[in-house]
Amino acid sequence: MEVQIISPDKMLFNGEATLVVVPCTDGQIGILNNHAPLVSSLVKGVVKVKNEDKEEFYDIPGGVVEVSSNKVTVLAS
Amino acid sequence: MANLKEIRTRISSVESTMQITSAMKMVSAAKLKRAQDAITQMRPFAKKFNDILLNVSGSVDGGEHPLMKKSNGNKVLLIAFSSNRGLCGGFNSNVIKEVKRIVQENPDKEYSILPIGKKVYDAFKKSSLINTNENLPKECEKIWDNLSYENAVEIILDIISSFQKEVFDESYIIYNSFKNAAIQKLTNEKFLPVEPIEESTDAKTVDYIFEPNQEEILNELIPNSLKIKFYKALLDSFASEHGARMTAMHKATDNATEMKKELTLFYNKARQASITSEILEIVAGAEALGG
Repeated sequence: MEVQIISPDKMLFNGEATLVVVPCTDGQIGILNNHAPLVSSLVKGVVKVKNEDKEEFYDIPGGVVEVSSNKVTVLAS
Repeated sequence: MANLKEIRTRISSVESTMQITSAMKMVSAAKLKRAQDAITQMRPFAKKFNDILLNVSGSVDGGEHPLMKKSNGNKVLLIAFSSNRGLCGGFNSNVIKEVKRIVQENPDKEYSILPIGKKVYDAFKKSSLINTNENLPKECEKIWDNLSYENAVEIILDIISSFQKEVFDESYIIYNSFKNAAIQKLTNEKFLPVEPIEESTDAKTVDYIFEPNQEEILNELIPNSLKIKFYKALLDSFASEHGARMTAMHKATDNATEMKKELTLFYNKARQASITSEILEIVAGAEALGG
């Protein structure tokens, strides 16, 4: 699925991933392919992006995530 | 006939001015490039954010959020964006004029100004319009030295908290929004209280799962939308400033070139005239001797 992590200053990540883990208000949420449409607010923490065997981590100060039709958008602000 | 030496001095002074203005133009062009990148980077973020905000606000009544609460007071805070430095054409004076116009047109309201940038501060420091309330952010002009989202958030948090402490009842932001290097559009937008989000009829009706729930997300998003609006105004104003300065300096360089051309022509004419008169004198002298 397509993943974008955007902060107001720059694009942190833009590409394909098999798993995204985001820090939601009530705990972490893992998003896999074909996830149902979701909007959630995020708290300060780490976003994990996994593609095949490669894992990447991004610190975010909070924000919001939107998942719809295999597109994950993390807005870090 | 003007003195030859005098004209020479003027030509060299025009030349050195030209060097300065063209150097300033180059500097502004380089800075404009960066500022423009920043604002183009920001736009997809702002757009996505608004999309999500629209989706979330769909069926929720956000009227209870403290930042949406309208009060009956008449204290209005004008947040005016200008630059710290001059020599950028009408960039700063447009903002200052707009602020003056607003203040004069509505005498029944109690206006105060939060200056972001030295030029607005300088223009109003002798009037009593500058808001010196201790809750409001101080020395906002420093943001231009180091423009980043984190610094912008610091200012905006102070503004939000002073709104909640009822330092002011309403707020507008006045800034130059960036169209292209030559054109800036003076913009005046309502900032606080947050206007209820208008539902567009063509919004996608995706059945989202909301986590933890719609209202809480909305409460989270509203202060964030203010931060983004403020940061966007900062970036717009920053890019506009450099665009305006670049255009102004370009025109100044053009004018100097023109002036230098005229002066050189004038200088050559004067030089020729003086040579002619010298020859005439010599010839006349020789004739007088030869008798």
